[in-house]
Amino acid sequence: MSNPLHVNEDKKQGRFNLNKDFIDKYGDLTLLFFIMISVFAIMAIINPNVFLSQGMMLSIANQFPILGLLTLAMMFAMVSGGIDLSVVSTANLSAIMASIIMVQYIPADASAGVTTLYILLSIVCALLVGCVAGLFNGILVSVVGIPAIIVTLGTMQLYMGIALVLTKGKSIVGLPTIVSEVGAGTLFGIPFPLIIFIMFVIFSYFVLNLRDYGLKLQMTGSNPTASKFSGINVTSITIKAYVISGLLAAVAGLLMTAATNAAKADFGTTYLLQAILVAVMGGVNPYGGRGKVAGVVMAVITMQILSSGLGMLQVSNFFKDFMWGTVLIIVLLANLFYNKKISKLS
Amino acid sequence: MKRILKTNEFYITIVLVLLIFYIGSQNSTFFSINNWFDLIRSGIVPGIFVIGTLLVLISGGIDVSFPAIAAFSMYTTTSIITSLDFDVPVIFAFVIGALIGLFLGFINSIFIAFLKLPTLIVTLGTASIYSGFLLTFIDDGQITRLPEAMTNLSKTRIFEITTDYGTIGIPVVFLITVAIAVLGWFLLKYTMIGRSIYALGGDEVSAERMGISSVKIKVFVYCFVGTLAGIAGVIHTIMTRNSNASDLLGGELLIIAAVVLGGARITGGHGTIYGSLIALLLILIIQNSLILLGIPSYWQRFVIGALILIGTGLSAIQVKRSLEKRNPIMTE
Repeated sequence: MSNPLHVNEDKKQGRFNLNKDFIDKYGDLTLLFFIMISVFAIMAIINPNVFLSQGMMLSIANQFPILGLLTLAMMFAMVSGGIDLSVVSTANLSAIMASIIMVQYIPADASAGVTTLYILLSIVCALLVGCVAGLFNGILVSVVGIPAIIVTLGTMQLYMGIALVLTKGKSIVGLPTIVSEVGAGTLFGIPFPLIIFIMFVIFSYFVLNLRDYGLKLQMTGSNPTASKFSGINVTSITIKAYVISGLLAAVAGLLMTAATNAAKADFGTTYLLQAILVAVMGGVNPYGGRGKVAGVVMAVITMQILSSGLGMLQVSNFFKDFMWGTVLIIVLLANLFYNKKISKLS
Repeated sequence: MKRILKTNEFYITIVLVLLIFYIGSQNSTFFSINNWFDLIRSGIVPGIFVIGTLLVLISGGIDVSFPAIAAFSMYTTTSIITSLDFDVPVIFAFVIGALIGLFLGFINSIFIAFLKLPTLIVTLGTASIYSGFLLTFIDDGQITRLPEAMTNLSKTRIFEITTDYGTIGIPVVFLITVAIAVLGWFLLKYTMIGRSIYALGGDEVSAERMGISSVKIKVFVYCFVGTLAGIAGVIHTIMTRNSNASDLLGGELLIIAAVVLGGARITGGHGTIYGSLIALLLILIIQNSLILLGIPSYWQRFVIGALILIGTGLSAIQVKRSLEKRNPIMTE
């Protein structure tokens, strides 16, 4: 590519050039798209009556937003060149904050308007908690200089610890009924969690691709030293990535609370590994620097189709784990051979 | 002397000693033989895990699949021996367990050493494959009737003491952990392989230029960890006198935390057996004995998380300072 002669050659063969550019840019996304469609088709062929039913589609649409948001959170940390093992703990801590406000501070005889106001307040608090948790991660990673995996391993324990101390290990129940109504509700026929997810997908795409910040973040992730010497404020870029990660985790936490109508310090701990898996499957480079929102979205939908489809076949959760692991390894291998082929092409 | 003052091991030891005396001064049951035997017993299996994890971290990788490997070898070994109704010496169980662990570790090393895929992601994947395979295809309920040889070993103890509550003692399998710790120490300090692991973790490119085969060393490390996990699994089943396929799973992050707290760096090239074991003891004391101070058990995680951050934070700041002194041009 660096050879100027190649540029000439490419210009002569315009069509080939276009194809190659397309493969370079969107090849992995196309691959993912086909995987998603095939998984969907296989499940639809195995049991069309159940799988294509409205109930199944609704349940899929209700389930994947939580994992999707956690994966987006993971993606921002990974693109910055780190990882965020504290996403689930952050989600739970935020959800617990919101639940405590809703359970303890809403007066028993409050009118609907007052209740809504308190709920809004609790949502704002939860998002703030998520941002602060992310800020703390970011400062430890980029200012103090502890490796991200260790920082978030520690804060994972710390945040879950705070949540345990706040709740004394019990789950918080008795939330206002409006919470679960919204959680299970739809808007124009689209499930509410899905709407939230779409909103934050657009937000993530905007931040990562359409803002100056996104480019700087990807540069920081692929080579922090070079970025530093080219005048990028690596510290602030990294901190912001973790704040965004914390914010997205907090939203996921709120959705978890809305779905279960409760909050607990150790909800959803299996999401952690799944989020890493889906992020890698969606083409996020675990060494940092590269990540595509579209890839993550397709990966999370694929995994949810696979998971719901397997559930339809009445297989155990353990078999699902087995499948998840197998898919992850296959994706890693596919990426490996695919990248080798690409580098041979150019 | 100055070098000792700079190590994580030194600070961890001080914190440990202070904590021991503080808890002891608040509650005298902490110093009772009972409590210490409990602590030692709870450290037997994690102790082996810690040695394996330390080796992986020094080599510059990370392995989260060892609890899955341990559970896999533990359950498979017991069910092989019980189903065949073998009346075999107990060493047989250890050999099978170790071989299964070796095999699963070797699978990890194929992806990591030969295909050079990222270690965290690979072991996350294999961990869910191993445990998923075990729980779906092999698991057939708890095995409560262990083979006789294993039950007999579980009753064998060293340092038996009779108290008011009955006889207590340290299981003889504790000696295996000690032996593995000594082996690990010897390996890391006095063998070519051990020094190569440090070199590889320090800088892979320079290590290769020195003539160290990174593939061979990585294969060795992951196979070694697998084997240790297999042995640890068998020990776990012997100590609890039953074999439950979902035991042991999910403990990986705390073990990694212990090793990191003990001075190993996640970027590789640093870490000692002594530091890791001391840090493990610290975590075990927090888990088992915080309650003696009247602190409710739900504070455990908070304390452990804070310890990890403070411990690694201090050493990160030290590294930064020493870099600034050595190379003033590189930083700013």
